[in-house]
Amino acid sequence: MCAVTWDFCGLGRRGISATAPRQADITLTVDGKEVTVPQGSALIQACEAAGSPIPRFCYHDRLAIAGNCRMCLVEVERSPKPVASCAMPAMPGSKVWTNSPLVHEAREGVMEFLLSNHPLDCPICDQGGECDLQDQSMRYGADRTRFHEIVGKRAVEDKDLGPLVKTSMNRCIQCTRCIRFANEVAGVEELGSTGRGNDLQIGMYVEKTMNSELSGNVVDLCPVGALTSKPYAFHARPWELKHTESIDVMDALGSNIRVDSRGVQVMRVQPRTNDDVNEEWISDKTRYAYDGLRFQRLTTPLVKQGDRFVPAGWEDALIAVADGLKASGATGDEIQAVAGHFADTESLVALKDFVNRLGSDNLALDQVGGTAPPVANVDVRSNYLFNTTIPAVEDADVILLVGTNPRHEAAVLNSRIRKSWLHTGLEVGLVGERVDTAYGYEFLGTDAKALADFIAGKGEFAKKFQAAKKPLIIVGSAVGEHVDGAGVYNALAKFVEKNKKTLVTPEWNGFSVLQRVASRTAAYDIGFVPSKKASTTKPKFIYLLNADEVDPKSIPKDAFVVYQGHHGDLGAQLADVVLPGAAYTEKGTTWVNTEGRAQLGRAAVPPPGASREDWKIIRALSEVAGSPLPYDDVLTLRDRMWEISPSLVRYDITERTSTELALAGLKALAERTAGAKVTGATFQKPIANFYQTDPISRASVTMAQCTRSFVQGENYGFSEIGKGSEAAYA
Amino acid sequence: MFAAARLPKRLPNVGRVPAVARTISTTPCRRSDALFVHRDTPYNNPKIPFQFSAENVKRADEIISHYPPQYKKAAVIPLLDLAQRQNKGWTSISVMNYVAKYLEMPPMRVYEVATFYTMFNREPIGENFVQVCTTTPCMLNGAYEILDTVCQHLGGIKPGETTKDGKFTVIEVECQGACSNAPMLVVGDDFYEDLTPSTTKKILDAFSKGEKPKPGPQSSRKTSENSAGLTALASEPYGPGVHCVEEFR
Repeated sequence: MCAVTWDFCGLGRRGISATAPRQADITLTVDGKEVTVPQGSALIQACEAAGSPIPRFCYHDRLAIAGNCRMCLVEVERSPKPVASCAMPAMPGSKVWTNSPLVHEAREGVMEFLLSNHPLDCPICDQGGECDLQDQSMRYGADRTRFHEIVGKRAVEDKDLGPLVKTSMNRCIQCTRCIRFANEVAGVEELGSTGRGNDLQIGMYVEKTMNSELSGNVVDLCPVGALTSKPYAFHARPWELKHTESIDVMDALGSNIRVDSRGVQVMRVQPRTNDDVNEEWISDKTRYAYDGLRFQRLTTPLVKQGDRFVPAGWEDALIAVADGLKASGATGDEIQAVAGHFADTESLVALKDFVNRLGSDNLALDQVGGTAPPVANVDVRSNYLFNTTIPAVEDADVILLVGTNPRHEAAVLNSRIRKSWLHTGLEVGLVGERVDTAYGYEFLGTDAKALADFIAGKGEFAKKFQAAKKPLIIVGSAVGEHVDGAGVYNALAKFVEKNKKTLVTPEWNGFSVLQRVASRTAAYDIGFVPSKKASTTKPKFIYLLNADEVDPKSIPKDAFVVYQGHHGDLGAQLADVVLPGAAYTEKGTTWVNTEGRAQLGRAAVPPPGASREDWKIIRALSEVAGSPLPYDDVLTLRDRMWEISPSLVRYDITERTSTELALAGLKALAERTAGAKVTGATFQKPIANFYQTDPISRASVTMAQCTRSFVQGENYGFSEIGKGSEAAYA
Repeated sequence: MFAAARLPKRLPNVGRVPAVARTISTTPCRRSDALFVHRDTPYNNPKIPFQFSAENVKRADEIISHYPPQYKKAAVIPLLDLAQRQNKGWTSISVMNYVAKYLEMPPMRVYEVATFYTMFNREPIGENFVQVCTTTPCMLNGAYEILDTVCQHLGGIKPGETTKDGKFTVIEVECQGACSNAPMLVVGDDFYEDLTPSTTKKILDAFSKGEKPKPGPQSSRKTSENSAGLTALASEPYGPGVHCVEEFR
């Protein structure tokens, strides 16, 4: 639409400046209560700390302060007028009242003005029930209107932001939270406000969509119903929904989510605040792929007869698997298990135990080269973890990205890098395919040779990296799958060893691997990797656990294939027997994120049809196959997980690898990959289409619409608003 | 319901009954007088090229040099003005995009500025941009008469419209700061003050002939002195010592 296509990120322009926080504490009195807050806090934070809630629309902890809604007025001693507490720094010794008659009157006045142009359409508004304006007008709103304007209320055209965010701009109270989010966090600098004054409106001015993988968060931020969720529109009211706190599996970050369900259906997914992981943002895939849980589901066991699947009972299906195992004649390493993206830790442990009991070590991963032992030595945890931890990314002063595009592999983490890039002097360098990262970076090259140049200290960026106090190397998970993976790991391991003074210290571990698949860290943690001997064995019996990325050609024709999973995607098509498992919203299981943080997901809805929790299926199969696993309930299974690695059941924390161990791991890694040849093939970004990466998002209608409108650039999934004649205006 | 009770039992056979007004009552909506979003049109779309002339590039760089390099974007208003002048007095989407690119800022930040300041015309204007002030002091001195004269004289257009020949655009504006010479109008950059309908017509006629009448008061006044003649400082200023007591003479 617009001819302006130059890249702003590359220009090194960082608009938002902030002063460094000062550490001193100050004491003030709020409603007669003494409270101590760090100097530089806003008054509203001091009031919160004192336990006096302040109503607000525009203020948000994680966004810049705008101070334009005026709802947070408080009375301050010796101030002639009420003061907007969000825009006022807390001053030592000041006395503040948040509940005085003056404050009430002031807020009532503000509320009256806000409502003067707000439509009275709460009954048909999707925000109803969780609307800040509705809630606060219950307390501060008048019971009748004093506005009798003949010309009527302000009317604003609705905007078309794409298939995710629905707009109803008449409801907008112009708090500008969405603009600040888009500009500061998401990196969508096209959103702004035009016609400042009485006709202020939020939008892009030109016709454009909000092309960001974090755009769904503006729906949460909007305090009124101006921005609502398009896929969820008119589907449910918030009070009908059951909230279940769970963990996201669409990427390896393990974003904390709240699954809102009604009956057996997931109605929406909302973020949960966790400052150590996702702050309070989630990516659009996390938020909107849930409708994929309704389509393409496997609801009953299927057994292949001839060239078609026949529904079967569990008993028949399990016996069919056991018979298949026997008939295939597979022994030892000829029994292969493949762990896919959505395999939870419990089922991985159960499957590994099961396969090991059958005498096999052939534990493959569902990735390119997953049947071979991983390039990185996974005996030491720090070789495959995001050691720096997610919150500490903000402390880094130089970041080198190797073969990764965090924007698509971990969208929420990317917003942290952007935050740091905006507010500090962070420098970013990239070796890999050129991508739009939402922040400026120095492009070093596309292949391992460019990395070698960097390691040799050539170029400006290498010098900056050497001089940095807290340098950080983020290695993409795709590097391990690349033909030069071994060479890259070798070079990096040596480089880290050489620069251990800054890269591996007791306070800082600057070597981080960014996984992109929810199950991968857990798989490495429990040793779900093939031995060298096993990887050369041709499998006769293949057990695909949620594995949908396998190359069909890699599966021998005569092999007996079992697929266990929740979606009829690629894996199920290859199978001889299909066992229906539960999706992540349907089981309470452990997920280990890229930092090695174990988190517990919880079941929000029951699994559909005859499908069962995954570890139970494997447990049942082990019984039928004649080597029963020694755990009958999930608690005993978690005891087994404790035996394997205590970190798997120490929930919500990360455990640092000690400096010595991390260095030893890197040394082993360097030895293992010694002499690896570097071909100089270019790195490819592993995710070409952010919106469709796994069986759930591939089954999702919303994600398909996103693909068509954002990736392919079609006008698909858009409403017709804004396309009409402009005669009414011009 | 009451209306239904009064309806005749048999409706006259005239086909469909005309729809009786039974609309749901709605609040009337107040629409803005200007459009604060961009719509692509044949004359205004991002594909129309725009760039500064060599001379204006020099000027633009000079303007930018007034600001610290990291706050280059502070030059957005003067640059938009410069570009508007080069672009026949209006700021098209291409102009805004060009300025954004020139100042290395997101185009939206430029749009925000251009939609706020009313002196950036986001629609094309005529050769002569006639802005008639109708704020209180001018209004009290007959600004509406002047406005009517202008509109009549230009062929019965309304404020906000352009004449068919594209020579004049008339708009009503708020105070231009020439209240002591009310009523006044602005053509381009020049003020024409102390207007009467006849002088207004003369000015417009001159412009339509392509001439440029002398700006300033169109009465006998030179600037904003008392129109009834000077009441103070009318005589020679007295010299030193005139009103002093004897000792100081």
